[in-house]
Amino acid sequence: MKLFGRPFFWLIVAVVVLFAVLPMVGDNITLRETLVLSAIYIILATNLNLMIGYTGYVNFGSIVFFGLGGYLTLWLIGEHHWGLYPSVLVAGAVTSALAFLLGLGVLRLRGAYFALATIGVNEAVKDFVSNFEPWGGAEGIFLPFTAYKAMGGPGKALWTVYLLIVLVMGLSLLLSYLIKRSKFGLGLFAIREDEDAAVVLGVKAPLFKTIAYSLSAFLPAVAGGLYFFKNGSVVPEEAFNLHLSIEAIVMVMLGGQGTVTGPAVGAFLYERLRGLLLTLPGLSNFHLVIAGVLLLLIILFAPGGLMGWLYRTWPRLRGRLE
Amino acid sequence: MPEILASVLDGLLIGLVYGLAAIGLTLIFGVMDVVNLSHGAMIALGMFTVYLLFGVGIHPYLGLVPVAVIGFFFGVLVYLVAVKRILDGPPLMTLLATFAVSMIITGVGTAIWSTSPYNVNFKVVTLNILGYTVTSARLVAALAAVLVTAFLYYFLYRTVLGKAVRAVANNRVAAELYGIPSERILAISFGIGTALAMLSGALIATLFPFTILSGGIYELKSFVASVLGGLGNPTGALFGGIILGLIEGSVAPFIQVSWTNVIEFVIFVLILLFFPTGLFGGRR
Repeated sequence: MKLFGRPFFWLIVAVVVLFAVLPMVGDNITLRETLVLSAIYIILATNLNLMIGYTGYVNFGSIVFFGLGGYLTLWLIGEHHWGLYPSVLVAGAVTSALAFLLGLGVLRLRGAYFALATIGVNEAVKDFVSNFEPWGGAEGIFLPFTAYKAMGGPGKALWTVYLLIVLVMGLSLLLSYLIKRSKFGLGLFAIREDEDAAVVLGVKAPLFKTIAYSLSAFLPAVAGGLYFFKNGSVVPEEAFNLHLSIEAIVMVMLGGQGTVTGPAVGAFLYERLRGLLLTLPGLSNFHLVIAGVLLLLIILFAPGGLMGWLYRTWPRLRGRLE
Repeated sequence: MPEILASVLDGLLIGLVYGLAAIGLTLIFGVMDVVNLSHGAMIALGMFTVYLLFGVGIHPYLGLVPVAVIGFFFGVLVYLVAVKRILDGPPLMTLLATFAVSMIITGVGTAIWSTSPYNVNFKVVTLNILGYTVTSARLVAALAAVLVTAFLYYFLYRTVLGKAVRAVANNRVAAELYGIPSERILAISFGIGTALAMLSGALIATLFPFTILSGGIYELKSFVASVLGGLGNPTGALFGGIILGLIEGSVAPFIQVSWTNVIEFVIFVLILLFFPTGLFGGRR
């Protein structure tokens, strides 16, 4: 596929450039902190979509990858004095490999059983890490201030990490796009529609599912490493927050599962909405309620999400806006 | 040794309450293939209902009756609003819909009660049975769980409505052909499942302090218990709860409490992987 000839590819590039440049204008740190959260949400939702939207397997505990990536990165930096780059890459690779092994097991389950197992995995890992002394138990890992020195001081390090997170966001979108356009992606869609029929037609379903699961772990783990490096600390409650996992599902549904644009737009909108609700006086307590009502309305009345609605209104968009 | 036995006994008693919660979850799954992710929120709601009733002077044990009634009607309402429309869709939809309900309940609860702990402060006696000390609250909670379960069994196996519930669980289309109004039966089953969740919450509230978020822990325990017993099998769920309680009770003297969760979830995942129909077989 000629990637550079595709308008959609340039759309992804444009979004990444916008994310990178906008906060740099006038050194706008407030904007950067807003956008970093959007970028993280987009990464989580886009990669989760590989499982939910493409393969049809509802991963309720996808956040476990993000958390493991964060823990591995901070452990490598704090304990073994590795640099940031090798740490996040190794964290991503290790998490992805673990996901592959785990996937060989849990992906034999279908439907609700799979969803329950992924919740179980996340909770088991969270409780394990909370008790695991080398990783600081319930107190978690704190990075010493010196960890930022190698990157030219905290101020500069935070900008570098931000740009890296934006890069990971771009890579997530690109991965999602490439898979959608590939034969591998076609196999995943076949599994989503009818796994037994797909197997009969020669799709290596167990292998395909496991690779998709493993791929969907890599970039979130890298993002987790970067995010918690930026925070300077990681605790189990924050790293393996099942709630964020499910919020990511809301983002995917809001934007439209199975598309590339949908989950990203859904994540962006969800972050904006959440920020708005949290800052409005009197409503901050109700942001969970409003998110819940929103989710329920989408499920009951617009299961295709935003993209489903767009495709219905302008059918010509289908195939152009992926 | 006596301490261990006492701990195991404690575990058995609390396990019966877990079992009750798990029956609520497994009943809904057995009848309509819905994993009810609002289960934990319902448990928390049971806790706070009994708390509110206690506030107006109703003894917690007497409060169980209104809790069950409220739970039933609330469950029917949730079914009609959030579940009915999407029952025939992919499993993701009902999972998300019930989770949305959970978010709404938890959100409203947090707005009202914040996330600070509450407790139902009534008179508890410590009993001495054959040399073991047990609080009356634990004993009554376990007894109540057994009674409710027995009542449920009587309902499911001896009444026409209960038989209709089992028929719909077995084969909805066939049940419909025999003239059973399956829509109504589904609503009733969701109501009963919710009532059981709220009852177990109410019983737990008589034992431990609780917050609006406490339901989550017991929801996960209900999952573990019902998967242990085979999803959709009420008897299995009860035994799953007992096994869970026994595990907690027997490891408590040896390791830190926080490790029991790790053990439970590892067992949970392993059971799902290797015995997906549970130790007692799937739905009945």
